[in-house]
Amino acid sequence: MKAGSNLEKILRAGHFAFTGELGPPRGCNVEHVREKAVPLKGMVDMVNITDNQTAMVRMSSWAAAIIALEEGLEPNYQMVCRDRNRLAMQADILGAYCHGLRNILCLSGDHQQFGDHPNAKGVYDIDSIQLINMVKNMRDEGKFAGGAEIDVPPKFFIGAAANPFGEPYEWRVHRLAKKVAAGADFIQTQCIYNMDLMREWIKQANDMGLTEKTYILAGVTPMKSLGMAKYMKNRVPGIDVPDEVINRLAGVDKKKQADEGIKIACEQIEEFKETKGIAGVHLMAIEWEHKVPEIAERAKVLPRPVMD
Amino acid sequence: MVKAKRKPLEEIRDAIKSYKRVLTVGCGGCVSVCMAGGLKEVNTMNAELKQMFKEENIECSFDGFTVERQCNMEFLEDVADKVGKFDCLLSMACGAGVQYMSERYPDIPVFPAVNTVFIGVDKEIGVYEEKCRACGECVLGYTGGVCPVTRCAKGLFNGPCGGTNKGKCEVSSEVPCAWVTIYDRLKAQNRLDDILKIQQPMQWQNQVQRTIIQEPYKERYAKQD
Repeated sequence: MKAGSNLEKILRAGHFAFTGELGPPRGCNVEHVREKAVPLKGMVDMVNITDNQTAMVRMSSWAAAIIALEEGLEPNYQMVCRDRNRLAMQADILGAYCHGLRNILCLSGDHQQFGDHPNAKGVYDIDSIQLINMVKNMRDEGKFAGGAEIDVPPKFFIGAAANPFGEPYEWRVHRLAKKVAAGADFIQTQCIYNMDLMREWIKQANDMGLTEKTYILAGVTPMKSLGMAKYMKNRVPGIDVPDEVINRLAGVDKKKQADEGIKIACEQIEEFKETKGIAGVHLMAIEWEHKVPEIAERAKVLPRPVMD
Repeated sequence: MVKAKRKPLEEIRDAIKSYKRVLTVGCGGCVSVCMAGGLKEVNTMNAELKQMFKEENIECSFDGFTVERQCNMEFLEDVADKVGKFDCLLSMACGAGVQYMSERYPDIPVFPAVNTVFIGVDKEIGVYEEKCRACGECVLGYTGGVCPVTRCAKGLFNGPCGGTNKGKCEVSSEVPCAWVTIYDRLKAQNRLDDILKIQQPMQWQNQVQRTIIQEPYKERYAKQD
């Protein structure tokens, strides 16, 4: 065990992991965090706590993660490179560990121009791959990035993101390989809609032996509506929504679109369960936390294994 | 102007040693003025590389050519008939020139021979000092002509900070505190009101690659829809 988190135990025991997501509020509304946490409890193995996602200021991810922990969830503490330099990152990593966080997801972060502070200075002191490596060295070597020894090192289960749908496609698996080499214990992918590209990417990862070195969790976001699908297709960088998904949603009554979206997601999850090299699913039910129990039920991933 | 400094010879060697025929291309612009990458420096560097490669028994031939400026496609044409005879190009221009050279001749590897360091001034012959970081939102008007982005180590807009030490910066007793300099100059001009008001956070314009079109040319380059 590298960190002994619930996710690590589940993956090492060979269970198919099922993880979720919780976005912190834009303010100090603690009750809102607690409310969002309730439907996730017992439904997922770990919950990603996003870090100023879409470059909008929110309650800091470590703080919201501690609240989630108090609510009985296992957080995945997300950290982006956009907002802090290596000193701040390492300080937050130490603090987060001391408060019981055991998983971390290392990300570049959306560019600040997408958010509501478009002319903020982007920090990007180090990039996501360098961050992965820094957290690994803190854990395994007990050293800060500057080389000094850490008095009681933080032991995180280290996660990274991967997007099989960005160009150049053939290079994507090599970027994954770099993340694995840097120290990524697990990977959560971008939301998957293009299953053909996903199959090709996971095959490449299998062929390169990467799936033996890291656990890949396939990213699934159920479409709530046709409008959402069109928005994701046309407006969200790095997301590939094939026409067949659009057509399926367009083919049902407006009131049935959410149900159809969940149905598509469940079909994907069924396939991922059978796919060599995929160790679990990361469900990003964006502002749809209350639907997670239903989705988990319909995806037949319940009950979640309970580890010691 | 842009100021640059030649890279260590060993680093240049490591970049080009697997190529047999190297064309070193100088630039007659800024790097020529700061004596990093003009005609004279092309000759000097090629001589040093030849000597080094000879001593290390690396087979390689060097040729040199200096264009008027590497930041303009027209001038880059001046090496068009030569490029084909070489395995790689070694550009002595600033980072902009190296990139434009690579864009003009995408089939051939282009290596940088200098580090582009800053926009600055000539202090003495061969001595240069940074003055500008091209942030795109010049504040020199209210700072008495002293750039806080470049010259304050923390880039403060409402300085000086508490680390000021006998008029010097906390990072070095050799470096004057930018904000003490700003204060002294504005005081002498009776303009301290300019820095009494709180300066709001900078709206950074340099976080994505920028392009400018000068006003009289706006119409000419207006995007056709």
